[in-house]
Amino acid sequence: MIRSLTLALLLSLTMNAFAIDEEPAFSDPAMQERYERLTRELRCLVCQNQTIADSNAGLAGDLRREVRELMMEGKTDTEIDDFLTARYGDFVLYDPPVKPRTYLLWAAPGLLVILGLGAAVMVVIRRARTARENPAALDNDNETGTL
Amino acid sequence: MKRSLWFLLPGGLFIALVAFLYFGLYNDPREIPSPLIGKPAPAFSLETLADPSRTVSTADYQGRPYLVNVWGTWCPECRREHEVLLAIARTKTVPIVGLNWKDDRELAQRWLVQLGNPYDSVAFDPEGQAAIDWGVYGAPETFLVSADGTVLYKRIGPMNLEVWQREFLPMINGTGGPS
Repeated sequence: MIRSLTLALLLSLTMNAFAIDEEPAFSDPAMQERYERLTRELRCLVCQNQTIADSNAGLAGDLRREVRELMMEGKTDTEIDDFLTARYGDFVLYDPPVKPRTYLLWAAPGLLVILGLGAAVMVVIRRARTARENPAALDNDNETGTL
Repeated sequence: MKRSLWFLLPGGLFIALVAFLYFGLYNDPREIPSPLIGKPAPAFSLETLADPSRTVSTADYQGRPYLVNVWGTWCPECRREHEVLLAIARTKTVPIVGLNWKDDRELAQRWLVQLGNPYDSVAFDPEGQAAIDWGVYGAPETFLVSADGTVLYKRIGPMNLEVWQREFLPMINGTGGPS
């Protein structure tokens, strides 16, 4: 049972490998790979939770064409990202840049971990102190919080 | 005493989270702020919808404020908005330049004959090249460009008279907004 479920899951994952373009955009595999990576990092603005590599929307097709043309002009990845953010803003990037507006976004996971650890450490210290000063308290009632 | 205050912390955090989410409800994620505001309007020079042998460009409108309205016959909101554009055009405040986006020339011409033509001129952009330069991601969108060619404002979604009076007119008359 588990095995067949795993198999089904793995098979469903392979579906993602199909490219949305009917033909590869570049005959050079290295360029094609770069093209696929770039389009996977760009958000489709019409269907906001898809990349332009995944989306069938007309605009996503236009943006893929734009990326292809910029690559053929010999633009670097950064230049292509800059081209699109100048028009659509940072929202078009799936990887938001670190700048004052996004400090909180980037720091949030770390802050939450520190907050959680801090809370855990405080609870442990408090309980240890309670146990040391009044060993019976932990057994007798649930209000470990009141000293 | 000090103790009981600490117990307020999780509740306080929870209330802050709820407030965040509550205000998030009223934030339309489809409205992506345009990085073009305050920047020079991207230039285009395209065939006119009416006549492929003629071109219309942003340079034609240099020196006076104008609107750029992105539309297509495939866009139902554009049909709803059309009436408003006609009303705005009747006031003769600013010329409206249409950007006909990813459309069929014949269908678009017929649309203007049937519904009326609010546009000073219409640029035909079947490939969406100019639309990408303007950061267009959905129709309708309406830009206000100042006389010196700066993008002052972008309306995402259909125009209505309230937005026209509240946002566009003060900027056109120079009594508010970025100068």
